[in-house]
Amino acid sequence: MPRTITVHIQRQDTPDSAPYTQTFAVPYEKGLNITSVLQRIAADPVTIDGERVAPVAYDACCLEEVCGACSMVINGHVRQACSALVDALLEQEPEIRLQPMSKFPVNRDLFVDRSRLFKSLKRVKAWAPVEDYSDRGPGPGMLPKEQEEAYPLARCMSCGCCLEACPQFNDKIPFVGPHALGQTMLFNTIPHGQPLVVDRLDVMAASDGITACGNAQNCAKVCPKGVPLLQAIAWIGRKTTNHALRTALRR
Amino acid sequence: MRKPAATCREIRMPQHNIVVVGGGLAGQAASMSLAQAGASVHLVSLVPVRRSHSVCAQGGINAVNTLTRQQGDSEWLHFDDTVYGGDFLQHQPPVKEMCDWAPRVIDLLDRLGVTFNRTVDGYRDHRRFGGTLYKRTAFAGATTGQQLLYALDEQTRRWETEGAVTKHEYHDFLGPILDDQGVCRGAVIQDMVSMEIKALPAEALVLATGGNGLIYGRTTMSTICTGSAGARAFQAGVRYANGEFIQVHPTAIPGTDKLRLMSESARGEGGRVWVPRKKGDTRDPREIPENERYYFLEERYPEYGNLVPRDIATREIFDVCVNMGLSVEEERQCVYLDVTELPAKTLHKLEGILEIYEKFQGVDPRTMPMKIFPAVHYTMGGLWVDYEKNESVGGLVLGSPRNQQTNVPGLFAIGEADYHYNGANRLGANSLLSCIFSGLIASESVLNYADGAKRVDKSSIAESAASRHRESFEALKQKSGKENAYKLHQELGVSMTKNVTVVRHNKAIAETLDKIEELTDRYEHVGIPDAQTWTNQSLYFTRAVGDMLLMGRVIAKGAMLRDECRGAHYKPEFDIPSPHSDDPAELREQAIEWCKAFQARNDKWLKTTIAEHKGRDPRFSYEDVDTSLIPPRPRTYGLKGAEIIEEMWRESFMRKPQPAS
Repeated sequence: MPRTITVHIQRQDTPDSAPYTQTFAVPYEKGLNITSVLQRIAADPVTIDGERVAPVAYDACCLEEVCGACSMVINGHVRQACSALVDALLEQEPEIRLQPMSKFPVNRDLFVDRSRLFKSLKRVKAWAPVEDYSDRGPGPGMLPKEQEEAYPLARCMSCGCCLEACPQFNDKIPFVGPHALGQTMLFNTIPHGQPLVVDRLDVMAASDGITACGNAQNCAKVCPKGVPLLQAIAWIGRKTTNHALRTALRR
Repeated sequence: MRKPAATCREIRMPQHNIVVVGGGLAGQAASMSLAQAGASVHLVSLVPVRRSHSVCAQGGINAVNTLTRQQGDSEWLHFDDTVYGGDFLQHQPPVKEMCDWAPRVIDLLDRLGVTFNRTVDGYRDHRRFGGTLYKRTAFAGATTGQQLLYALDEQTRRWETEGAVTKHEYHDFLGPILDDQGVCRGAVIQDMVSMEIKALPAEALVLATGGNGLIYGRTTMSTICTGSAGARAFQAGVRYANGEFIQVHPTAIPGTDKLRLMSESARGEGGRVWVPRKKGDTRDPREIPENERYYFLEERYPEYGNLVPRDIATREIFDVCVNMGLSVEEERQCVYLDVTELPAKTLHKLEGILEIYEKFQGVDPRTMPMKIFPAVHYTMGGLWVDYEKNESVGGLVLGSPRNQQTNVPGLFAIGEADYHYNGANRLGANSLLSCIFSGLIASESVLNYADGAKRVDKSSIAESAASRHRESFEALKQKSGKENAYKLHQELGVSMTKNVTVVRHNKAIAETLDKIEELTDRYEHVGIPDAQTWTNQSLYFTRAVGDMLLMGRVIAKGAMLRDECRGAHYKPEFDIPSPHSDDPAELREQAIEWCKAFQARNDKWLKTTIAEHKGRDPRFSYEDVDTSLIPPRPRTYGLKGAEIIEEMWRESFMRKPQPAS
């Protein structure tokens, strides 16, 4: 193993300024992950040329791949920095390259603004529209099979990896994004979401819904949690077609 | 007076502006019920609220359920387990109220769409957790905290679309706005992207800002759990209670950036903790035959086995590793957590955590026993809050403005940030409950307070509070000394972890207090490594290090002063020696002596530690604990050899409990 790890980081000072790259040499330790590397750079931000620079800005929180904060592009692949283990990366390539996700505006360095992701969750009404928070007894029951189908969809941590990988998610198309398709399937299948089924299908039939999906299937490949996005796309496709037919017939 | 939010739906006038800081389970539970009751909520968070630290909770949430009820369980027993688990340091009325509400809280979550695991016929499934003999814990795989948080997050988002909730994400709480009477009138916050400092005037402020584990450096907590919001409220005059009570979780896996939790649910589903009986046994654990394995928790605690409360499990791991030298790894306390013999169906329920182990350790825990270590995990202490006892039933007067309100009028605290529910040790799967419960009940208390509060023009006090914070931020920006905040933090964490965790000695704690003194001096000479005026994360971190130094002192000094053993706070110097004689009469005598010492200890120390901010050195005082419902008793968990203590206690010492209603 090397004594130091070479890390190239794409930096950007403000949302409007031009990106540039700096290279750091971080002392090698066994078991490092990318968030540890960034912590070490923050503690001593000196480039490989000996220049003392500002610490690298990045987003991170739980560090155990359950909050979705630390998504970035690592050696060309979008993923969580916390679960990107340096030893495994070095087996693939001798050096490490870190870039911010390209589909979101950069706040600074590796830290991007993912508010569009959360707007989509509003658009598809990803919630159970309960009357109130009173004591009204338990919710509608679920069989284990239904729970087994819902839980994988409910594990989506809004990290945005699927959006980075999706060719249809860009600033030209108003697509809600694959994560929102997963949430649409979740709430249209569990009993709790039933009162808004039609509202969600209306969104799916609109220009920013399933119709914007090009079925490139990149989303499922990059999802760190294995959320069944392809299944969601197929399911929503069928339901939206039926919904559109019914709506047309009713006219 | 208004009724509690979860029992009625009325929109009232006038509309109150309420600031909630923190978007975890407590903050979002409060936000959604405040919004439902017609308030205008400003929800402030360091991160998008969906990423709050509550997502890290794995195992589940406790409540009495139909199945345990048939086995004789009741809300009262849940309450009893919680205060016995907490070594009686909690005021009992709020805890009783929480346990009474627990089944309703879970029903509510069930209605919000949480994907709880199900039995074959569609009922909620339950698992057993530590500190109880009943299967009270409802769960969603092994990512229950995430699933519960998402359900509340979805509700808050729904209120956001209706204009009742305004989110201020990526904002740091700088301090409360106080008027000249010392009444809280809102909060000053800073946008962490643009760095703009602004005032949010409000009728009341609710802090739901979680724990402060990062004072210990690497822990199971998220990077945001610095406790800085609590520290800033403390500096503004809020009292801080039971700071020295910190939970060290027995089972975590080490990492270079954090220690990752391996949920108690692994043991709840049948996982077993063991070490090789032979010192320095280097064999592959799979090769070690059953009779050469020491299942020390099962042998020492035949009744509770692997599910003794966390403080006890952690101390036993310390004993086996440090005192007996049976650690699986040299220089570190490491034992095996073995789920390899569980059926595939059971392992499936643990998928979420097994995946974490596999991903981060590169070993499949389904076929190889996990290597696990203790790690700082939870802050039992927190901001001091009040409550109003319902004298007729022993619980709370719901809707009382005193509930969850700190000593600063108009400033409330809930969730891990307060100190009410977990005493000297928290039971597993009670944290999700206490967070959501305190959030739900606080909303009505806050609104009733706001109804009664005198309305004042807040614009000038808000603006002057904001400009004071702008000035101190300017001063921080100018810091150009040679000390590095990241290094100061690392040194603080090392010293706190070494001396103020599982086994505490006054001499060692004094060392840490000296270290904090030194670090506080050096902090004066800190330099900011980043001159930018946009998204300057070094500035926020440096500011939080100052807060951590302050609260580190509250924790360490509180630990120093408390000369006893209680729950997670263990000082061997002040342990009461166990009865050990082989002669039955003498053993009896020893047990009586033990009970006398125990009683004397409770007389002196069954008290809440209260810290108040007075410059560098906090001032300490002690407050009586309301144990009116369940009399304190020795906490043995059926430890082998403790039967005689329990017998003597029942015979001659136990206070007669007041009749339970």
